[in-house]
Amino acid sequence: MQFFGGSEISPSPPVPTASGNNGHMMYVFNRNGVCLLYREWNRPLRTLNAQQDHKLMFGLLFSLKSLTAKMDPTIAEKGNLGVPQLPGQGCSFHSFRTNTYKLSFMESPSGIKIILVTHPRTGDLRDSLKYIYNLYVEYVVKNPLYTPGSPIRCQLFNTTLDQYVRGIA
Amino acid sequence: MPPVAPRSGDSIFANLEHMNAELFTLTYGAIVRQLITDLEEVDEVNKQLDQMGYNIGVRLIDEFLAKSNISRCVDFKETAEVIAKVGFKMFLGVTASVINWDADGTSCSIVLEDNPLVDFVELPDNCQGLHYCNILSGVVRGALEMVSMKTEVTWVRDMLRGDEVYELNVKLIKQVPEEYPYKDDE
Repeated sequence: MQFFGGSEISPSPPVPTASGNNGHMMYVFNRNGVCLLYREWNRPLRTLNAQQDHKLMFGLLFSLKSLTAKMDPTIAEKGNLGVPQLPGQGCSFHSFRTNTYKLSFMESPSGIKIILVTHPRTGDLRDSLKYIYNLYVEYVVKNPLYTPGSPIRCQLFNTTLDQYVRGIA
Repeated sequence: MPPVAPRSGDSIFANLEHMNAELFTLTYGAIVRQLITDLEEVDEVNKQLDQMGYNIGVRLIDEFLAKSNISRCVDFKETAEVIAKVGFKMFLGVTASVINWDADGTSCSIVLEDNPLVDFVELPDNCQGLHYCNILSGVVRGALEMVSMKTEVTWVRDMLRGDEVYELNVKLIKQVPEEYPYKDDE
C-alpha cells in the first residue's frame, strides 16, 4: 500500500484471510461527539435515523467507558460515576460481543474514537484499529483541505479503508 | 494479542521518511521573511507564527500518537518528558531536555541545544523583538490542547539573541476533561 511520503505504518496490517464482508459498520468520532465518518458495508436492520444513531452510539460509548473505569477493581482511587475523565485515563474497554455482532472500540488520547462492528466470531481487533488510526493520520489529518472537527469527505481514505476492512478476518 | 509497546524517539525517527534539512530550514526562513514583509510589526509576526504553530500542533498530535504508540501520560511531568524525548526527536531530530520544575509540577522548561530551524540565521537590528522559532511554541500549545491540557508556552532563552541554548517554558494552566457534548433534553 503506497501512502503519501511512503512512511512506514506501524503496526503492519494483519494478513487478510477470509473472503470479506465481515465488517458491518464503522464510526469515527472526535472528542466533541461529532461523527467524522460513518461507513456501512452490511447492515440489514436500521432502526433510527442517522443523527439519532450517531448520538446513541456516542452516548453508549461515553457511558460504557465511564462505567468500566469506575468498576475497575485494580485502581485505588475512584471518582463518582458520571464525573468526566480524560480520554485514555484509567482503564479503557476495547470490545463487547453479543450473539449477533461484535463491537470493537479504540480511543486515542486526543479523543478520536474508532468503532468497528463486525460479525461475532472476529478476534481481537486492537491492532487493526491502530492501523486504521494510522490510515486516518495519513489520509485525513495530513490532508490540507481537511478542517479538523468536520466530517471526513476524502474518497481516497474511504477506498483504502474499504479495502482494508474487507481483508479483516 | 499483547499491545504494542511505545517506541523510543530514535527508532521512530529512523523509520520515518527524512527530508533535506537545508530545504526545511530555508523554507521556514522564507516564511518568516515573507511574514515580516507582509505584516511589518514584529509582534504581529510573532502572533502569526504562534497561530500557524497552533494549527500544525492540532494535527500533529494525531500523527505523534499514531506513530509512537504512547498511551496517556499519568501527569504533566511525564508529558513534558515525552514531548522532549520523543516528540522533538521524532519531528525535528533533536533531543531536548527538561529542567526547572516548579514546586507543584505545573511549569517546566524544555531546553534545546540544537535547532534545525535556525541554521544560517542571524537576526538583523530592526527585528530584535522577533521570536524566530515561535512556531514551535504554537505547535506545543496546539498539541497539548488536543489532549485536554491548556498551557501557556513562551520563549525564555533564544540563541539568536545571544543566549547559549533555546529554552521554552511550558506552563500548565488547567486540565480540561471531556464533557458529554449533547444536552440531555433529547
